Amino acid sequence: MNAQALRERSFATSPCGGVAMAIHGHPVVMRHSGALWLPIERMLIVADLHFEKGSAYAARGQLLPPYDTVETLSRLEAETAATTPAILVFLGDSFHDSRAEDRLAPLVAERIAALALGRTLIWAVGNHDEDGPRALPGELADELSVGTLVLRHEPQGGRQPGEIAGHLHPCARLVGRGRAVRRRCFATDGERVILPAFGAYAGGLNIRDKAYAGMFTAPPLAVALGKDRAHPLSWAMLGGD
Amino acid sequence: MTAAALPALLPERFEAWFAGRGWAARQHQLDMVQAGLDEAHALLIAPTGGGKTLAGFLPSLIELSQRPKPNTPRGVHTLYISPLKALAVDVERNLMTPIAQMGLNISAESRTGDTGEARKVRQRIKPPDILLTTPEQLALFCAWEGARLYFEDLRCIIIDEIHSLWPQKRGDLLALDIARLQQFAPRMRRVGLSATVDDPDMIRRWLSPAGGESADPAEAVRLVRGPPGPLPQVEVLISEGRVPWAGHTAQHAMADVYEVIKRHKTSLIFVNTRFQAEFAFQELWKLNDDNLPIALHHGSLAAEQRRKVESAMAKGDLRAVVCTSTLDLGIDWGDVDLVIQLAAPKGASRMVQRIGRANHRLDEPSKAIFVPANRFEVLECQAAREAIAENAFDAEPARIGALDVLAQHVMGCAVSEPFDLLALYDEVRTAGPYRDLAWEDFEQVVEFVSTGGYALRTYDRFRRIVKNADGLWTVRNAQTAQRHRMNVGAIVSPAVINIRMAGRRGTVGRKIGEVEEGYLEMLEPGDTFIFAGGVWRLQGVTSTDALVTPAPNDDPKLPSWGGSKFAISTFLAAKVRRMMSEPDTWKDLPTDVCEWLTVQQDKSMIPTPQQMLLETFPRGKRHFLVIYPFEGRLAHTTLAMLLTRRLDRLRVGPLGFVVNDYAMAIWSLKPMDDLDFDSLFDQDMLGDDLEAWLDESFMMKRAFKGCALIAGLIERRMPGAEKSGRQVTFSTDLIYDVLRRHQPDHLLLRTARVDAASGMIDVARVGQMLDRINGQILHSRLDHLSPFAVPILLEIGKERVGGDAADMILAEAAEDLIAEALS
Repeated sequence: MNAQALRERSFATSPCGGVAMAIHGHPVVMRHSGALWLPIERMLIVADLHFEKGSAYAARGQLLPPYDTVETLSRLEAETAATTPAILVFLGDSFHDSRAEDRLAPLVAERIAALALGRTLIWAVGNHDEDGPRALPGELADELSVGTLVLRHEPQGGRQPGEIAGHLHPCARLVGRGRAVRRRCFATDGERVILPAFGAYAGGLNIRDKAYAGMFTAPPLAVALGKDRAHPLSWAMLGGD
Repeated sequence: MTAAALPALLPERFEAWFAGRGWAARQHQLDMVQAGLDEAHALLIAPTGGGKTLAGFLPSLIELSQRPKPNTPRGVHTLYISPLKALAVDVERNLMTPIAQMGLNISAESRTGDTGEARKVRQRIKPPDILLTTPEQLALFCAWEGARLYFEDLRCIIIDEIHSLWPQKRGDLLALDIARLQQFAPRMRRVGLSATVDDPDMIRRWLSPAGGESADPAEAVRLVRGPPGPLPQVEVLISEGRVPWAGHTAQHAMADVYEVIKRHKTSLIFVNTRFQAEFAFQELWKLNDDNLPIALHHGSLAAEQRRKVESAMAKGDLRAVVCTSTLDLGIDWGDVDLVIQLAAPKGASRMVQRIGRANHRLDEPSKAIFVPANRFEVLECQAAREAIAENAFDAEPARIGALDVLAQHVMGCAVSEPFDLLALYDEVRTAGPYRDLAWEDFEQVVEFVSTGGYALRTYDRFRRIVKNADGLWTVRNAQTAQRHRMNVGAIVSPAVINIRMAGRRGTVGRKIGEVEEGYLEMLEPGDTFIFAGGVWRLQGVTSTDALVTPAPNDDPKLPSWGGSKFAISTFLAAKVRRMMSEPDTWKDLPTDVCEWLTVQQDKSMIPTPQQMLLETFPRGKRHFLVIYPFEGRLAHTTLAMLLTRRLDRLRVGPLGFVVNDYAMAIWSLKPMDDLDFDSLFDQDMLGDDLEAWLDESFMMKRAFKGCALIAGLIERRMPGAEKSGRQVTFSTDLIYDVLRRHQPDHLLLRTARVDAASGMIDVARVGQMLDRINGQILHSRLDHLSPFAVPILLEIGKERVGGDAADMILAEAAEDLIAEALS
């Protein structure tokens, strides 16, 4: 991406370590947690939590540590505490499979339910959790319009101005000083944005993969998640896997 | 003593066979026969070429030739275990010769990962008398439902090249399987065949079934020694009397190496890394006006290409092979008359193995030439030469069995038949490396195998092994058993990328070889590099393939990280320190090395063997601290990481460090001349600082991945689906992070810490060193750098950053971008 294009997409580092910019004219902040913050609506959006992925594997014989749900939830609680959103949107694949909700430990289910206190929870559904949660509070939605933005789990093909989506688990790979760093990232061209997966065990798909082909008007900016800030990286810096 | 003096030992047919070939049985072969008659466990120590393998098999051949015709089909009599597939197949061939010539009615067959399904099935129904196989295949055997019955007639297990197997996880797994076989077949003899080692008792203890209460378990294994054989002739090659200050490639000496190759029939040229192998191969072909058949052999080349080189070598078609440790062990090639070691040998024992590859005849000395690549290496080569002349070897620490391997074994036992917890605990402790296994650890391992061993007990309903009505532990279901069998083994290979020719329009062509993931990280598409003896241009990388096109006329970008993956052994390092401290001996060294030492003595200091030299000097706007511990790259890196943390707390502003096998340099904003060095190098450095640094390091993640694969937490292979190494890498890192936060004392984190501390950062060695230099730091305060410091400072800028630099790299890249945007 050249400097000209960058200026057009003008972004800035926000005080919380996130990256602020406008998507299809609508202001957003890409937080280093991987959550997207809409300041005007006080809306926090997280994608692909994959709750109970660990126990889904365990049921099939791979006994992954059963701490992923608590880990993901703790991160989310930290985010809601930091931003105090009026609306919390789960952008699909919140549960790893259709029976994941039943496997939640009672205490964990209570903590998720508590997120709804004093705010609206919206569950956009994804391919892993088509029916959405049954017992947990909140509203179900296939997609959701917010001003000029449209929020849905799976990004649609071709140009989709204003789309906020997840599903692909984007990650970026940067080679510097003789070693490669691979991190989850937001992928955006200023017209649409694809959120990184928020779940502790969710893997990543390199944004140079052909699955992203045709989605962006120009090579997208990757906003990589660092320890305490988000790092905007240009396409040219990134490598494939 | 000759064979004739002991007529009772060898049956007539065997005696006649030896005589017919103009041989007499050697003493150690007869001693092994005697051990067989006495039904004693035995360890044979003999140099290569002493008829060692035959000595191992003789007792079994005699016993098998004398047994009466059976009424019912019998099971395997002798099991032979080799670390290499190729060796098992080769020994099968060699064993068939005496069997055929003596007309013995004995069947011997190999079974490796490459053996066809039909043959495997037949071997199961109708076992051969002698079965030759690998530790991994044995582990699979032991995880069979019929294992107990299949092996009940077993009389002898022979472990070849035991010196290379015992000090690693493969050895742990093998020891556990040997203990298991001993339960199936109580009369089974354990027999080890070893190259010459520093301390045979260490291997005897490993092999011994004796429990922890016996005075010395080594006593239970009879020690048989072969004749020592003539000492190898070793020369150090100094090209025109000049040796470069730094570097690892020995490029300066290539012309001499080529001349030496021309004067010999067949040379093996050993190097320490694949990069050095590729480089040396290129350089030699540049000089190869005579078109000598010179080949290349290393672990990254495609298997078929390696086999081609091996068979050309066996046929005597090659004049030289440039190779890495892939040829340290292996089949006999007969005609090698010279071994060349390019760059320093790093250890005396490995060097003797390598030299043993030349001249596989006991009565003639092997011949070797060392080619040092830099000045410190001259000292090291000289030290190695002395050690070989004194027949002295590197010492190994005793082996303590790894718990991730035990977990795999426990699962294997459950898959084979229900087990009683106490009985299995007793059985496991008859395996040498697990002799002192604590009950608590064993219990924890079994709990891990069953439920994952998590404090949060949510997986009780997903148990992989369960207690049955009789109180015995058994595998949950057939599917779990099948998945275990697909994932047996203690070899964890790093994730690899295939190097393939790029076809037209993005298609994928022929595979040239495979490399570890990290290999290509330094390269960008469009860059050229050397691989498999050619120059290639990297076109692009897909998820599993690197696509390349030939670029024969391009100057390849040289891989800049050099050095050796082996650390210089403690034993050799001590010799180097002593040699350096004795100015009388310097005259035997090349002139420029001697001058270098003399100037060092004038300008700075030369330490005594007990001391560690520490130099401080300003350079540019920086202040340098250089030390010369001679403890190897790994230990130096660990030390540098820990020192940097300390210097940071002392507010001297450390900016960076660089290490090689001999020295370490740290540079900082503020001078370090007046620091209290004794307290800086205090042993308490290995306490909290180490813990804190290690848990964050990528080495822990790598170690954890290995443990998770071996212990069965992550599966390498699942029925129907092939998981690529890459996918495994990524998810184990996530799992590591989560597990570390929620259950830092989990079994697998414990094992990973042990592995990282021993294998990857060499904590033990840093500890020994800190102990050694306590009160022995010789500080030389200088105005500018010393002659000794030149080589290490030349390495600056060639190192890869380690540790916590990941976020720094991201931040730098982002700043570049922001700067660009705002310009």
